[in-house]
Order: sequence, then structure tokens, then C-alpha cells
Amino acid sequence: MSDPSEPDEPVTLQGVGVGRGMVVGPVAKAYPSPVIPAGGGGDPERLEAAFRQVAQGLQARADTATGALADVLAATAMMASDPSLLDEATKRVAAGETPAHAVDRAVGQFVEMFTAAGGVLAERVTDLRSVRDRVVSVLLDLPEPGVPPLQRPSVVVASDLSPADTAALDVSKVLAIVIGHGGPTGHTAIIAGQLGIPCVVRATGAMRLEDGEEVAVDAAAGTVVTHPGPELRARAQARAEAAAVLTTDTAPGATADGHAVTLLANIGTVADAERAAAGAVEGVGLFRTEVLFLERASAPTEDEQAEVYAEVLRSFGGRKVVVRTLDAGADKPMAFATQPDEENPALGVRGYRLVRRVPELLRTQLAALARAAKDTGIAPWVMAPMIATAQEAADFAALAREAGLGDECRVGVMVEVPAAALRAQDVLAHVDFVSIGTNDLAQYTMATDRLRGTLVDLLDPFQPAVLELVAATARAGRGVDRPVGVCGESAADPLMAVVLTGLGVTSLSMSLGAVPAVRHVLRRHTLAQCEEAARAALAASSADEARAAVRALVDPEVVETLAL
Amino acid sequence: MTERTAAVASAQGLHARPASLFAQAAGQAGIPVKIAKPGGNPVDASSVLMVMTLSAKKGDQVVLSADGPQADQVLDSLVTLLQTDLDAQ
Repeated sequence: MSDPSEPDEPVTLQGVGVGRGMVVGPVAKAYPSPVIPAGGGGDPERLEAAFRQVAQGLQARADTATGALADVLAATAMMASDPSLLDEATKRVAAGETPAHAVDRAVGQFVEMFTAAGGVLAERVTDLRSVRDRVVSVLLDLPEPGVPPLQRPSVVVASDLSPADTAALDVSKVLAIVIGHGGPTGHTAIIAGQLGIPCVVRATGAMRLEDGEEVAVDAAAGTVVTHPGPELRARAQARAEAAAVLTTDTAPGATADGHAVTLLANIGTVADAERAAAGAVEGVGLFRTEVLFLERASAPTEDEQAEVYAEVLRSFGGRKVVVRTLDAGADKPMAFATQPDEENPALGVRGYRLVRRVPELLRTQLAALARAAKDTGIAPWVMAPMIATAQEAADFAALAREAGLGDECRVGVMVEVPAAALRAQDVLAHVDFVSIGTNDLAQYTMATDRLRGTLVDLLDPFQPAVLELVAATARAGRGVDRPVGVCGESAADPLMAVVLTGLGVTSLSMSLGAVPAVRHVLRRHTLAQCEEAARAALAASSADEARAAVRALVDPEVVETLAL
Repeated sequence: MTERTAAVASAQGLHARPASLFAQAAGQAGIPVKIAKPGGNPVDASSVLMVMTLSAKKGDQVVLSADGPQADQVLDSLVTLLQTDLDAQ
């Protein structure tokens, strides 16, 4: 992004921030899939060498990687050196196609074959496409697509990152993530939040940043600034120090006058669990079990699941762990659970609704949880996603008890469909607790696709209509004295945490990295002050007005410390 | 033409790691080896992509074929590989 006439002028890119951190570091760019020009391209003499180069590169990365990543890289390297693929491409070049087109179409044939075969073969299509992208890039002299191996701590910049790209990140070397597309509730944002990595999504102009140039990334402000001066660097330093001080408070979450608000972590894997268990949290408010099921040909067995659940329960040694049953469908398709032909997957057979098509999935999962509870002597809290009616809540509770989850286990449901929020009192008649998923609740209340980044203003949890539904749910919970938690990313926003506490929410679950700031803001306000902030937010007529009203009521010192 | 029939022993069938290991071994055999489902079209056994398209599951029979004096020895070692549960390693 350097302009020769103004060599050191800072340029600010505005995006949507995820997290509160601020860092300064060099850009490491990840490149998108190559686009082949209409006329094709590539030197026929280099065809075989291009395949070989890609295979060797992938194998070299596989050799230094570990676990699942190493396996994926090795398998992809094997595909790149496949004799049938090279044969097919060579034949096409001999028939007059340009090498780039020949590779694209040769891989395309296998993609078609694998897709038609479905099941486990269809799952390898991503690897095939990655081979195609890499070989075509070599032929066209384009930069290697995907995230480059990081040599030093860097700010990863991309147009967008696929789940495979994010999984391949060496997180110890990622200072921040900046993407041009995506949204604040997309997978990149969620993973960054989990790891406590500052992230800016929808940063317009991100791809014009240059590899290696230093930028300042401020997740709280949602900005990326090029050529950061001494003042910005000092601010980043001060913010890092303030953040370090906040982490020294490890007492349970509570308001200034001692009203307890349980602070919990969102997790997806055993590794997350271990990380969170070592942190200052009172447990887990959302264990997303679908991570166990993703990228798999068939559902994990009861034994496999029981083992993982037991491991997670043990790592928290009796602290609260809320397990959400499988939330497949919509943005999390799974070969064995989802129908590929749904026109509106977010409104289709997803979450708890899968029980209509594949009831054994849920039965197996509940049985595995019951077994884990028995094996560990630790009782999990169990909840179902995407509940729309009181009857569904009752049916889920019955299934859970039937599967062997005894009275010591609390059974609840998520409130993320407006229907469930509006009838929360009926829903609570059948379950021990509810947990509000604000991301989906906003999506369904505002009729706005979570994955549609351009509509991000409509997904703001400060939207008065969304707050109204949260308030209704919390009121219903208070009426029957049952816990009402929030486990959407909104719980991670300190201003929103004040509002939620004021509305009567009893626990807040968020990415681990967000906990210290939320603990700090609650500690500095009384319950009465939180209630006043909640009333102010509900009285506002727009999301921006609501947020401004709450900010005006929050202690200015806290606003300063947390860069709110 | 020498032929051998064997049942796939790997838990997840001739897919992913087992398919890679098998294709790798076939590629190092020094002579061209074909693999097919019984009655099906034989494909290049050293191509992991073609091997995977057979979609051979655990317990499925596959037919290996090759020509020449080394064929017996090569096919025997590949059969041993197929009859090993490669997922368990």
C-alpha cells in the first residue's frame, strides 16, 4: 500500500474488530486461488516439474507439521504426485490445451468423480482443489495460494481464510488476523476469538497491504494502520500492559456489590478445554461438540465420544461444563447428517431438528454423555441447539433422561429462535436452564444471514429487537428461578456484558481471551448500575443509540482501560 | 498375466492413509500393477486417486494383476499389505 509520493503516510483501513487487543507487526499475506485467464497459460515443458514442485513443497510442510494437519498435507502431497493426474494433464496438453487449463480440467475430472461418489470421497475434494490451485499458480508464476509458512510473528492478511487455512495456521506465530471479507461471527472470527488473537474482518483494501510491511492492528477499533508512528506503537504497548494487569484478577465474576455472574469459556476441542481449564474461568458455558464430527465420513462412535467427553469433564475437575449436542447443518454441513439439497439450510433441518431424520445421532451422543458422567463421577449440563417450541424442549429432556442422564445432570436448551424467546416461560417449564445464543438469535430476529458480511449492521446484538428477546428470556428465567446464560459472542463485549447482567442473565460464556475485560467491567459496576444500563439500552431506538447510551453510563476509567 | 484376489482389511477401507500406503507401495514395485473390483475396470494401482475411486470398503474383495517374472513376488507383497489393518498402525 506504499505510495512513492508519500512514503511514510499512515493509511487507515476500517473493518469490523473481533476481540480487544492491539498489536504492531509485519504483514504475511495469504493468497487466494489463482484465476486462469481466458487464453489459459503456462509452459508445456514445465508441466511435470510444476506437479513435482507442489508435491515436494507439501511433503516438506507435512514433515514439519504434526497430527491431523501432517496427515492432510501428506495426503495432498500424494495427490500432487499422482501418475493418473499427470497422465491426464499431459494428454490434454498434447491435444492442444494450455497447461493451466489442462491441470484445471484434469483435476476437475477427479473432482466430478469424487463428488459423484459422495461420502468419504467427496470430502477429499478440498484437497484436490488445493492441488489444482497450487499447480496452476506455479504454472502462471503466481504466489502460492493459502497461508505461507510463517518465519516470524506476523499479521496474517488474506482476502478470506477457509477453515482448512485457519486450521493450518501456526498460532504461536500469528500476532493478528486481517481479512477483507468474512463477518464477525464467521469461523475465522470465532477461532481468532478462541485463541485470543486480535482480528479485523471486512477490512476493505486488506489485499493492497504489502508482504512484510509493518501495520498496527486494533481489534477494539476495527482498524489496520500502515506505517504506524511512535504514538501508535506506544498505545499498542500500553494496551498490552493494561491487558496483562487485567489478567491478574482471577476471582469469580461478580458486580461491585457482590452479585454473582458466572464467567465461562466457549470450547470446541479437548485442546481448548485444557487451555480454558488452566485459565481463570468458572467452567464451560458452551462446548461445541460438532468439532468432533466435522471432517468425518461417519459419526464418531459412542465409545469415541464418551472418551472425549470424559476427558473434557475431567480437565475441569467438577467445574460447570455445558455441553451442546450436535449442531450440524447450515454453516456446518456434515456428510452423514445434512441434506445437500436444502434451499435455506439455516431454516432447514439443523441442530435439534436432525432428530427428525437421524434420531440415532442424538441418542448415541446422549448415551455417550451419560457414560462420561458415570465414568468420571462429574455431572455435565447438557443442552440442545435450535429449539423452537416448548414441545421440542420437553422431547429433548425426555430423550436425555432416557439415555441415562440422571437428576444430577442439568438438562436445558438453547434460545436462539425468536419463538423460543417469546415463549421462554413455556420452554422453562420442561428444562432446568436455558442459554441464549445471541449470534443465531440476531440472525433469526433480524432475518439476516450470519454469513452475509455486508449486512453486519443488522446482526448487531445491540439491535433493540434482539435485546427485547433477551430481556423476555431473562425475565422468564427469573420468574421460575432457573439459570439463563448467554453463550454468543456478544457476552464477550464488556458493554453488552453490563446490559446482560442488568437484564438478569446469570452466566456469560465467551472465548477465553475475552474473560478478563468482562470480569473487570462487572467488578467496577453495581447490579443497580447494570440494571440502569439495561433500561437505557432497551429505551434506545437503534443499535448505535443503545450502545452509546450504555457507554455513557459506564465508568469513564473503564472505558479508557478497555478502549470501549 | 498374474492375478491375486484379496479382501481389504483396513477399518476405513481403501481410503485416505491405507490408500496412500498401498498406492505408494504399488508405485515402488518396479512394474505396472493394476487393481480392480471383481468384474470391474482395472485401474493403475500406483494412483492414489484411482485407488480411492474404487471405494473398496473393509471386507471387499479386490483383484490385483501384473505381468512379467516379478509379478508373483510383487503381487504377494501387495496382498499382504491389503490384508493388514493399515489404520491400526
